[in-house]
Amino acid sequence: MPKRQPLQFYSETLPGVDLSELQGKLIVIEGPDAVGRTTQVALLRQWLEREGHAVLDTGMARSALAGKGIKMAKEGNTLGPITMTLFYTTDFADRLENEIMPALRAGFVVLIDRYIYSIMARAIARNEDRRWIEQVAGFALVPHATYYLRAEVETLVSRVVLGRGAFDFWESGMDLRFGPDKYDSFVRYQARLIRALDSMVKPYEFAVIDADQPVLKIFAELRRRISRLLPRDSRRRQPSSTAVKAVT
Amino acid sequence: MPLFMPNRYRGKLIVVEGIDGSGKSTQISLLSHWLRSSGYAVAFSEWNSSPLVRQATRRGKKKEMFTPTTFSLIHATDFADRMESYILPLVKSGAIVCADRYAYTAFARDVARGVGRRWVRNLYRFAIHPNIAFYFRVPLDVALGRILGGRDALKYYEAGMDLGLARDVEESFRIFQGRILDEYEAMAKEVGFHIIDASLPIEEQQRQMREIVTRELGADAENGVLRVPPEGAAGA
Repeated sequence: MPKRQPLQFYSETLPGVDLSELQGKLIVIEGPDAVGRTTQVALLRQWLEREGHAVLDTGMARSALAGKGIKMAKEGNTLGPITMTLFYTTDFADRLENEIMPALRAGFVVLIDRYIYSIMARAIARNEDRRWIEQVAGFALVPHATYYLRAEVETLVSRVVLGRGAFDFWESGMDLRFGPDKYDSFVRYQARLIRALDSMVKPYEFAVIDADQPVLKIFAELRRRISRLLPRDSRRRQPSSTAVKAVT
Repeated sequence: MPLFMPNRYRGKLIVVEGIDGSGKSTQISLLSHWLRSSGYAVAFSEWNSSPLVRQATRRGKKKEMFTPTTFSLIHATDFADRMESYILPLVKSGAIVCADRYAYTAFARDVARGVGRRWVRNLYRFAIHPNIAFYFRVPLDVALGRILGGRDALKYYEAGMDLGLARDVEESFRIFQGRILDEYEAMAKEVGFHIIDASLPIEEQQRQMREIVTRELGADAENGVLRVPPEGAAGA
């Protein structure tokens, strides 16, 4: 059953928003770097569109306002942790007000690759005040569902090495100065991020998905869960799911 | 909940606040020259001047992309960069940092735009607490007269045109500055401003500021603050 209708803000109401107008579905995919979120969002989008839903997908640092600025700031080595947190929050706010809420008003399914939880996890991993960032990000909408793709650090390492084949400066948390080695730093930083995300499972009602499974299995699980959130129409879904019985 | 982080460092932070046309920039400039000529290590930080964030702010203003929330957040980002990479290390090192506008500007301006009072105060909680915050109190008409008389055309956000208060830019500016002034007045007690009557002669305002600085920083300024050794005493 779709819970929490209509959508709500966490703790801070944005001026001039009528929440009852937001008719679409807000679905978040969370998880650490290299866990496979982006692949799942692409698969989900295709599937949802095939099912006849209009889909908007969006992710971090893609805003018209701050996306480019964040990329430029990350090229240097002077981006401090609080500045980074606030820059990403600016980026999120711009997308929320100018892309996500208009799409929800129009009845879209909005798929978000990382929400405020990633911004919060990065801040917490950098020893920033948790209450501070929770309140700063309090203008976010409570999603209809958040799926947390969870894997152990070893899985992430093998995906990075087999995939891109190199460790990224920021994904390795090199700004935390654990040491000169990117692999060591990656392991420590990602373990912190996972710990921070784990701590949000309960308060933010994440559905935890085991991301050590093969891509298509994860996809099947997400599809099964998401179809329960969507308005039922006359279309037939894949006949494999047990949920189908209840529909017809 | 305290507003800011306490300043536990050797250096000092002095800030000036007030609406446009209150004369605060002139005064902080005079004050910083005086401190420097007294031998202190003095640094200066201006609102909205981070090189890291500049591109995004400029883009948002040029294309009129801001909402009250993103306007508030981009300025907080700018402030955070100046705090992390400039103000904080200098205060730690023992300098006197003079800031032309501080978090209070956001408290007044962003709330005048409709952003939540509590939210914006929390947003700036990472800032260090100024040792002295001067507020230049000025009647709205006096400030408007100073601004509207001699300067270039008013800018879109500066005049609060994004709020749709009035069609006419000057009229919008008038209303918007009035709201900001109300916010400053409402917070003056809460935040402990040193209030300077900005309709007094420039020299008199400056005399009052120097007196307050001498009194407030007094013995502290003799100890931790970085200072050029007096002539002849150099040697170490």
